[in-house]
Amino acid sequence: MDHLDKLENQSIFILREAHKKFKKLAMLWSVGKDSNVLLWLARKAFLGHVPIPLVHIDTSYKMPEMIEFRDRFAKEWGLNLIVGQNTKALGEGMQYTQGRINCCSALKTAGLQQIMETYDYKGLILGIRRDEESTRAKERYFSPRDKNFEWDFKDQPPELWDQFKTNFDENTHIRIHPLLHWTEVNVWEYIKRENIPVVSLYFSKNGKRYRSLGCAPCTFPVESSASTIDEIITELKQGKTSERAGRAQDQEDTYAMQRLRQKGYM
Amino acid sequence: MIATDAPVHQDSGTETLKIVMVGHVDHGKSTLVGRILHETGFIPESKINHVKKVCDDQGKGFEFAFLLDALEEERDQGITIDVSQMFFKTKKRNYVIIDAPGHKEFLKNMISGASNADVAFLLIDAEEGIQEQTQRHAYLLSLLGIKQIAIVVNKMDLVGYSENVFNSTREVYSKYLRTIGVTARTFIPISAYHGENVSSKSSKMPWYQGQSILEILDNFAAHDDRSLLPFRFPVQDVYKFDKRRIIAGRVETGRVAVGDEVLFLPSGKSTRVKTIEKWNSEAPTAAEAGQSVGFTMEEQIFVERGDIGCLPKERPMISDRFQANIFWMGNKHLEKGGKYILKLATQEIECVVESILKVINSSTLEEISKNAASVAKNEVAEMILSTKKPIVFDTFDEVPETGRFVLVHEHDVRGGGIILKRAEPILGMNI
Repeated sequence: MDHLDKLENQSIFILREAHKKFKKLAMLWSVGKDSNVLLWLARKAFLGHVPIPLVHIDTSYKMPEMIEFRDRFAKEWGLNLIVGQNTKALGEGMQYTQGRINCCSALKTAGLQQIMETYDYKGLILGIRRDEESTRAKERYFSPRDKNFEWDFKDQPPELWDQFKTNFDENTHIRIHPLLHWTEVNVWEYIKRENIPVVSLYFSKNGKRYRSLGCAPCTFPVESSASTIDEIITELKQGKTSERAGRAQDQEDTYAMQRLRQKGYM
Repeated sequence: MIATDAPVHQDSGTETLKIVMVGHVDHGKSTLVGRILHETGFIPESKINHVKKVCDDQGKGFEFAFLLDALEEERDQGITIDVSQMFFKTKKRNYVIIDAPGHKEFLKNMISGASNADVAFLLIDAEEGIQEQTQRHAYLLSLLGIKQIAIVVNKMDLVGYSENVFNSTREVYSKYLRTIGVTARTFIPISAYHGENVSSKSSKMPWYQGQSILEILDNFAAHDDRSLLPFRFPVQDVYKFDKRRIIAGRVETGRVAVGDEVLFLPSGKSTRVKTIEKWNSEAPTAAEAGQSVGFTMEEQIFVERGDIGCLPKERPMISDRFQANIFWMGNKHLEKGGKYILKLATQEIECVVESILKVINSSTLEEISKNAASVAKNEVAEMILSTKKPIVFDTFDEVPETGRFVLVHEHDVRGGGIILKRAEPILGMNI
């Protein structure tokens, strides 16, 4: 087994544990590269099937290419897609000018919370990785959120020998992170090996490309000439910048991500 | 850029070694990790600038530990609360570096980190010397089955880079390690803060002839080949999404090929492997340790989650009683006569603590009591557990993957255990 096989096998194991242990389970599909890899791994885990509904939180500010991609592959792959939107906050005019952290909390975190309540999901699969940013480096594969949707990072349950937290209180839910041990380069290597479709925004146009996708007003392309997967991999191996450098909400203040994630952000 | 970090120069080498940093609180684990990541060029400049600013605001010098201790509470108090896992590489291979907390209160987090590691660095503060967690962590590593350990004597700058201090620390600690049956691979004097003996030999300690931290890392052996052990296949689930009836699970140890006869225990039914199913790639003809697979079998025997597949010639043990070493992480004591959920591979069953043979202080190794009534947090105990129904297992020495388990109480994992031996079953089984 090479390193990608090892990563893949561990992720499949986690996905299968989640599927077995959670009757009310959903997978978050942001349409970004990581969640596309996650979806691909689900098809591997369940031998060509995706027996888990996919939830997309549409802030209404996503880039049009992302929505096109979502609708195309949801149809092509026969996915059970559920789109969530915090229409109340949008109706009241929520946008990033009211503070990026406020906006993320309302349109993403609260939007997700509404869907979780409506469908009563007890398990939610997400494609976050430890190498993305520092609070994610401290995550567990199975990570509880309390009834207020909050992450108690100061008192996380032990996780050893792949025995995960699959027992929980009625009012809580568990976040499941099958890609936690992957790096950004691993993701691209796997996309290449498996020929997984990704949104075209990742590839360089006019000297710029998106390294991480999000809402249009808060996500900026980085300088790059990488227009193929191979070029992206080479660029990342030589690079010295952070993957989320183009995500404005991360930079709002020193502990922006800690505060967002503590309150239930992805 | 703020609160973001990315591994740079990521590579695609095939080998990855996972290393955990353990030792007493404040002995410099996070600082050493930060230093290693920095010297191997794995910290983006933006992140360094960010930490500089935070340190300036707090009115202190550059803290390498802040590269990992990213939570506000961690930085304010200068301690690590939970495990961080970071990535870096040398010319030889890729590494995952696991920075474990050294504070007693966060021992469960240290265990979560260490249980994933292949090898360990155990740090001792040269000035402060051997402390409670210095001993406890070594003992827990030995229980977790981590055999390759290097001892790092840190903060040598605070003792004037003294060879005598280093030697006496080595002598005292080696004696302790012998009592728990651990042999340190090496002892290395360093200053993580000043970067002495981290990526290259230090001129401050000419008396030290050994290797630097990075050289020691590269000299650790890669982990054992689990496919050489007996075949163990805990069933995770059975799928019937289409015409195929697929038995899903991960081969924990050993290997199996299409056509091999597989015996499922405890039911005792057996049949041959017909196919190994895969989506979007060719069907393999064999499966080995670490692979998450799906089998179809020649006969449609009834199997379910918790059954363990093996080869008829290499059977695991079956019993509803066994003797184990447990380390307890719960705030409430583990009680004799108490009921817990035992999870071993994919088996999950109620068990009772039948007797607690002895309890030891996991740091001093002092025997606290015999025939005890309870086990407190952070203590280790030898006990007899009995399960509601017979379960399938091996001793930890023979097959670690099916010789270890966790105990769940009130929804959370509260204890970890390794099986020492089978005890006579009470249900009178003929197996």
